[in-house]
Amino acid sequence: MKPIATLIATVSFAFATHALAAAPVGNEAPDVLVKRISADVLDTAKSDKDIQAGDRQKIIGLVQTKILPFVDTDKMTALAAGRFWRQATPAQQKRLSEEFRTLLVYTYSGALSQIKNDDKVEFKPLRADPADVDVEVRSQVNSSRGEPITLNYRLNKGPQGWKIFDINVLGAWLVETYKGNFSSEINKTGIDGLIAKLAERNKQLAGKPLAAPAN
Amino acid sequence: MKTTTVQSRRLVAVAALAGLALSGCATTNNPRDPLEGLNRGVFTFNDTVDKYALKPVATAYKNVLPSFVQTGVHNFFGNLTDAWSAVNNLLQGKGEAGVQDITRFTINSTFGIAGLIDIAGPAGLPKHNEDLGQTLGYWGVPSGPFLVLPLLGPSTLRDTAALPGDWYGDIWTHKTPVNVRNIGTGVKAIDTRASLLDASDLVEGAALDRYAFIRDGFLQRRESQVRDGGSQSAAASSSGRLDMKAAYGEDADTSAAPAAGAPVPLTPPAESTPATPAPVSK
Repeated sequence: MKPIATLIATVSFAFATHALAAAPVGNEAPDVLVKRISADVLDTAKSDKDIQAGDRQKIIGLVQTKILPFVDTDKMTALAAGRFWRQATPAQQKRLSEEFRTLLVYTYSGALSQIKNDDKVEFKPLRADPADVDVEVRSQVNSSRGEPITLNYRLNKGPQGWKIFDINVLGAWLVETYKGNFSSEINKTGIDGLIAKLAERNKQLAGKPLAAPAN
Repeated sequence: MKTTTVQSRRLVAVAALAGLALSGCATTNNPRDPLEGLNRGVFTFNDTVDKYALKPVATAYKNVLPSFVQTGVHNFFGNLTDAWSAVNNLLQGKGEAGVQDITRFTINSTFGIAGLIDIAGPAGLPKHNEDLGQTLGYWGVPSGPFLVLPLLGPSTLRDTAALPGDWYGDIWTHKTPVNVRNIGTGVKAIDTRASLLDASDLVEGAALDRYAFIRDGFLQRRESQVRDGGSQSAAASSSGRLDMKAAYGEDADTSAAPAAGAPVPLTPPAESTPATPAPVSK
């Protein structure tokens, strides 16, 4: 028994230190990861008075530390750009990805300040094969105000673990919704035009204060 | 002769309108939105009405009226839709959901004081939002092209055709006297707009092209409603496995995140090495 106990202790210790050392990297199943992030973000948002009051800096900070490390915004941008992605130079791809990420952080951070205390998230069980590289995790937000809100995620297993690359709210996938916007802008003004438009929008949003929730 | 002049004037008017509509189609050819030019025009009109009339009223409504009053209004009209939702659930053969809606309506109308209080929801009876358009979609009627209706907003050809049915099935349509009915309809519109204020603000910032953003989001949501697909998308199996090609088409193959300044590799990601070959069939 002793050697096994030592073995278990060593393995656990190694695993624990590994997990501590590489904080954002998860070896957990994708639905466990999403559940964990979701609970973490919700708890922080609900308990922090400044966030409830709409403090922009704090909300963006929350998004950057607790959500962004688990989101593959490059893949998100690539999928939204569709066939134009391959036509872009690496420099364009990098800039497009950066501007899109900034846009998403600015706009969707606002949604976090609207989380109310009685909003609960319910996850549907995931039975994907461990060998699957692309999965969909489903959940819904149950609040006392109206019908449940569907919130689904698509994750891809990359070299740094599972990362979210698409989100579905109320039936609409983020990538799909942006595809039309991207392609029409690229058709009009090219990839550089799209990048410029995103940059301009980000400048606008940077100057706007986040509205405080009504309740 | 007079008749010929009138007829020819009409013809010119129709041709002009058609030309106007078709000229709008010269922008982007979205197969789901062949009437894009026309739709954008109505969209702008709706936007103007919203900006100057509906949104300010809805904002005042949200900020001034006590929240319990707003909840009561919301529940009252929500209760009426439960009745029609029940009918549609049954028309789709969804017995359990239909009975839930009937029970919701009965409980909320009685114990919930004419629907002002939603007792059924917290008691475990979920709200469904079925309508005739979804029923038609369920039975295989395709949605048809995207349409923006004056004042009513985004819709599809199928859902627009189903509107008269939805109006007939809406209990409030039959409310007399007419002036009470009209006031109620107005209040319902304000209540709906108030509940969408946060969402519309988000779209303001998030969308580069609001029309396209709303259209694409709406069409996805509508499809999801018809399929009751809240739990899964068509591209994913019930176990959670996602078919990237089905979800994203030919562009599904993206490279891994490019390193700063390094050339972007275009080879498909090959980092996963499963112990056993993954089964291909679902």
